[in-house]
Amino acid sequence: MLYDIFIDPFVQMYEMPDFFLQVLWEGFVAGILYALIALGFVLIFKASGVFNFAQGIMVVFAGLTLVGLNENGVPAYLALLLTIAVMGVLAYGVERVVMRPLVNQPEIILLMATIGLTYFLIGFGEFVFGGEPKQMIAEQLGLPTGSTAFEMGERGLIILQHIDIAAAVIAVVMVAALGVFFNKTRIGRALRAVADDHQAALSVGISLNQIWAIVWFAAGLVALATGIMWGARSDVSFALEIVAFKALPVLILGGFTSIPGAIVGGLIIGFGEKIGELYWGGLVGGGIESWLAYIIALIFLLFRPQGLFGERIIERI
Amino acid sequence: MRNFKQLALGTAVAAGVGLSGILTSAVQAQDANYVPLLTYRTGPYAGSGIPIANGMHDYLAMLNARDGGIGGVKIEIEECETGYNAQKGVECYEATKGKGAVVYNPYSTGITLQLIPKAGVDKVPVLSMGYGLSAAAVGNTFPWIFNVPDTYWDGASVVIKYIGEQEGGLENLKGKKIGYIFLDAGYGREPIPLLEQLAEKYGFELLKYPVPGAEMQNQSSQWLNVRRDRPDYMVMWGWGAMNPTAVKEAVKIRFPMDKFIGVWWSAGDDDAAAGGEGAKGYKALNFSGVGSDFPALDDIKKHVIDAGQSSTDAESVGSTLYNRGVLNSVIIAEGIRTAQELTGKKVITGEDMRMGLEALNLDEARLKELGLSGFAHPMKVTCEDHAGSHPVFVQEWDGKKWRQASDWIEPMTDIVRPLLEAAAAEYAEKNAPWPARTEPCPN
Repeated sequence: MLYDIFIDPFVQMYEMPDFFLQVLWEGFVAGILYALIALGFVLIFKASGVFNFAQGIMVVFAGLTLVGLNENGVPAYLALLLTIAVMGVLAYGVERVVMRPLVNQPEIILLMATIGLTYFLIGFGEFVFGGEPKQMIAEQLGLPTGSTAFEMGERGLIILQHIDIAAAVIAVVMVAALGVFFNKTRIGRALRAVADDHQAALSVGISLNQIWAIVWFAAGLVALATGIMWGARSDVSFALEIVAFKALPVLILGGFTSIPGAIVGGLIIGFGEKIGELYWGGLVGGGIESWLAYIIALIFLLFRPQGLFGERIIERI
Repeated sequence: MRNFKQLALGTAVAAGVGLSGILTSAVQAQDANYVPLLTYRTGPYAGSGIPIANGMHDYLAMLNARDGGIGGVKIEIEECETGYNAQKGVECYEATKGKGAVVYNPYSTGITLQLIPKAGVDKVPVLSMGYGLSAAAVGNTFPWIFNVPDTYWDGASVVIKYIGEQEGGLENLKGKKIGYIFLDAGYGREPIPLLEQLAEKYGFELLKYPVPGAEMQNQSSQWLNVRRDRPDYMVMWGWGAMNPTAVKEAVKIRFPMDKFIGVWWSAGDDDAAAGGEGAKGYKALNFSGVGSDFPALDDIKKHVIDAGQSSTDAESVGSTLYNRGVLNSVIIAEGIRTAQELTGKKVITGEDMRMGLEALNLDEARLKELGLSGFAHPMKVTCEDHAGSHPVFVQEWDGKKWRQASDWIEPMTDIVRPLLEAAAAEYAEKNAPWPARTEPCPN
């Protein structure tokens, strides 16, 4: 037993290096996708202190809107632009109908409001687009499909899916763009001010309403990118909403307010769960990755309760 | 735009059904046979649930429109949305049983397991066509449950038999590795005891790959395991979004698709199409017709779809899961017709329906009369055997559509039946005091 736990997995890694590299690649891709979902949560939490329960369904809704418009005859790129517009309208609507009337309410009220928003979007999405899974229009959007295989040694093989490479590139571009947006633009600095202190931000003339609408729109764009990438890997269906909650351990690990935390946390969870499942999962019958991610996050929390990059809160009593 | 039109129609139908439900519930018992359909058109399993719901609804609606119902009595159809959730399924059951339901179709093994103890108490049979508790085939222990035409254990035995045929005989399975990827729920776990027995008997290694419900669209770990283990064949018990994802992942790791075989619930057109060209050769079991070249399906198009009474379009008729839904309703309708003949009543009760299902004899002549010759293997239910262990066939995806790829294959009844009886006895013991059968046998 001790051999199976402490020795055998490493022997396997050494004996099948191509497979180990494949596992690392799959962990990297999964981590990138988790990080993208977590980013959506972080953006909204940073600006408003709200845990946006609806982030998962926003991923589905954005993907469905894109594919649904295309199914109804709208060309792919126009459908993409229209979907961005729809996410903008959604952000504006959420700010006007959900956030603004609840300003200054306890955080739990805002959380409940986002749960309500989740059910609204599920119902509305099913009403408009139906409940059937839809295939993502990856090719029409110019995204690469297919795969490239690299031989390694006599029997070794590493297979890279082109869509996964595209996902990694898009995620990096998106994170860089958000970084520039937050650090170099006036609105980005205003958003950080709101994140630090609502009242202080208000006192210097920053419009909370405007910031919230912008941040929900940014989260919508992140949701759209995630929906396209994950939809291309499987399908766009309402089951994706559940997958989105894979971001929870990422948030626990990376901190709810840190964009680098979401990225690093996503990668740690992605690598950790794939390596754990592939090399140790068999010892307990497999299927461990759904809870292993939480175990990894909890282990990190033992040493850094605020998360890897979360803000350390010191309260005087 | 088609979707919007369908939605408008769907809303109108739903509103109509809701209103008529209120107005007619009091009179249902007098002038109609009430058939609630527990369906799921929403949620993670909607991809599989929608075509089945359409098929079930449309066949019964066609009988209403073409023949005025069954035996001159209309069928009152009411759908209740379960979302493939056992709790919601039970709520649907409780909400509709008082309206004089003649039979329940849970369309979920989880919901079926919840309804099994209730059926005998409420005197309404449960038809779990090719799903649910395998042991329920033992009619003397489960007089109110029907899983015709086959149990999951029958299906699992057919898969192994088919793989044996490909290898030149069951004896050649010795030393082979057969992977089993399954939805980690009651449904997916159901055939494991039989597969384990067969692994022991024929000497193959059974490798299990559970897919938790929350990870249906995130299966890369399971398929990496498959890649490392290099099984000779893969068998799948998937449902909903799990199926297309698994097919895509299999293509991704370059698993030989002609050695990947799904159960009859992993046989949807969308399931296979998701894998694109690479999915060519993917196989699945089936016990209902392939394609739309059947007179009864023409009648559905004419009387239901063209009349705007369906939620589907004409192109979907003939897809595997739509046809499966149709077959489900054929069994319901024939159960009602048989019950009417046995009792002489036009409007029947759940107890009458139980008799009708137990005396079901859907032979070739009757299938031809229904306009469904070749749509299913002739099937017969007896008081002892509520499944019948009927033959099934293997179909293969050619990149665009399914085609039949084998003759009808008989399940290994010599192995399955004793196990079913042992499992039924075990169920009764665990749920003691399980009532002894007192219901009369109509055969």
